Amino acid sequence: MREVINFSSYWRSATFSSTVEPTIYLLAFGFGFGSLVSRVGGYRYVEFVGTGTVATAVLFSSAFPAMFGTFVKYQFQRTYDAILAAPVDTEELVTAEALWVASRAGVYGCVPLIVALFFGLNPAWGMLTVPGIAFLSGFGWACFGIAVAGFAKSIENFSYVVSAVLTPLFLVAGTFFPLSQLPEWAQVLGNFNPLHHCVELVRHAAFGTDGWADLGRVAALVGYGLLTWRVAIYAMTRKLID
Amino acid sequence: MDGQLAIRLRGVIKRYGPITAVNGLDLDVPQGTCVGLLGPNGAGKSTTMRLLTAQAIADEGELEVLGFRLPAESKQARARCGVTPQLDNLDVTLTVEQNLRVFAHLYRIARADRQAAIERALQIANLVERRDSRVDKLSGGMRRRLLIARALVHRPQLLLLDEPTVGLDPQVRQELWALIDALRAEGTTILMSTHYIEEAQRLADTVLIMSHGSAVAAGSPSDLVAEHAGREAIEVYGAPAALAEAEAAAQAVGLRTRRTGTSISVLGVEGADGRAPEGERRPTNLEDVFVLLTGEEIS
Repeated sequence: MREVINFSSYWRSATFSSTVEPTIYLLAFGFGFGSLVSRVGGYRYVEFVGTGTVATAVLFSSAFPAMFGTFVKYQFQRTYDAILAAPVDTEELVTAEALWVASRAGVYGCVPLIVALFFGLNPAWGMLTVPGIAFLSGFGWACFGIAVAGFAKSIENFSYVVSAVLTPLFLVAGTFFPLSQLPEWAQVLGNFNPLHHCVELVRHAAFGTDGWADLGRVAALVGYGLLTWRVAIYAMTRKLID
Repeated sequence: MDGQLAIRLRGVIKRYGPITAVNGLDLDVPQGTCVGLLGPNGAGKSTTMRLLTAQAIADEGELEVLGFRLPAESKQARARCGVTPQLDNLDVTLTVEQNLRVFAHLYRIARADRQAAIERALQIANLVERRDSRVDKLSGGMRRRLLIARALVHRPQLLLLDEPTVGLDPQVRQELWALIDALRAEGTTILMSTHYIEEAQRLADTVLIMSHGSAVAAGSPSDLVAEHAGREAIEVYGAPAALAEAEAAAQAVGLRTRRTGTSISVLGVEGADGRAPEGERRPTNLEDVFVLLTGEEIS
């Protein structure tokens, strides 16, 4: 297992721009909306968005690279064919990929928070848990991305997933506005959005925890990770082993 | 494991929807020999190779590699096999040495032995001087050599080569043949698929001719030639109509024929003085057997 991770880290030493986009969101919303609405849900808007965009950074640095990276590697570079001819099975391959992507998400996820610190967010000890939260959510989203790549017939299929799944989840996660603004049915649905739990956890890490409810959110993220992990293994086995 | 079989397949069937890619294949590869799988495109050679690494799972039949039953024990088998795929799947963004290092990790070579294994592989591939070059800067021949060396980094007992020289120019092919021949001399067991007859004739101790997913003949190249095509052949040249006539005439007196595209080869003419047509005499070869057994037209 360790070997596989070790090897993945060689392989993509390049840094991705997945942190740039959330930072732009943060700055645009933070300053754009921030001048209109000064306080949201009891926080200054830049603090609200600064903590919320951590989840955006996690999503952009996990689901997207996992989707495209996985697809390119089996379809165009055939890297996975080479690896599976070695004594490595699909489960190990998927796990290694997801752990690697999740580790990166753990790092990239902190970037918006650090930027927000420069714009007046008060540091808090709880923020030290943010890399862990980002890693945990990142693992689920990485497996989600790998599973999508496993089921996709062509790279064009990704646009359906992005428009129909990722964009709505991303908008209705409580990143830019609190879910309490939405009708009740949407709030209930929000509880099924892993991104929402990530947003809330980061916010509570910065502003004070919510006790048992937060533990429940961690459990939800663990559950999401386990589910997508198994689905990703199933999808890739179907794809790679005939 | 001396004298044992490195690969043993019995009645292996692999279907893809309505297509049966491998249809009741039996295959024996004794330890320390080089076996060539020879067949036209689509005969099931590559599928057979994928079955041996459990990247395809057989629908029926028994498969054993180095004494391990597939697919259940395929991981143990794969740890002792080296695989060179038909399609180049080197990581082009890495250097030569990094590619070898990744596989040294994947094959779980102990840390202390890793560097030595990489140096050895670089020497096999004759790429010591190019160790820091990125793979996309290498020539086609170098990439193939690296692909073979990558499969040898962990000193496998068995090497699976899927079309090792496909699409390469003659000089590069010769170079690779020398490399494979050297491995064979060292006692590495090799299973090689190819549709180049010359390659099989030069390198393989035993050739298995495949057609439509099953073995149609097996034996040493010279035995196969003697058995199916005799010692000598006569080439008859002429216009298409004349060729068809010559073909019919030879078959009428019980001689086997094959088309070459520009001529008709009448086979096994050494004992058929009265019945043989006029033409150029030549020794028979494995290509005669190949065309005779796998059909003249590409299906």
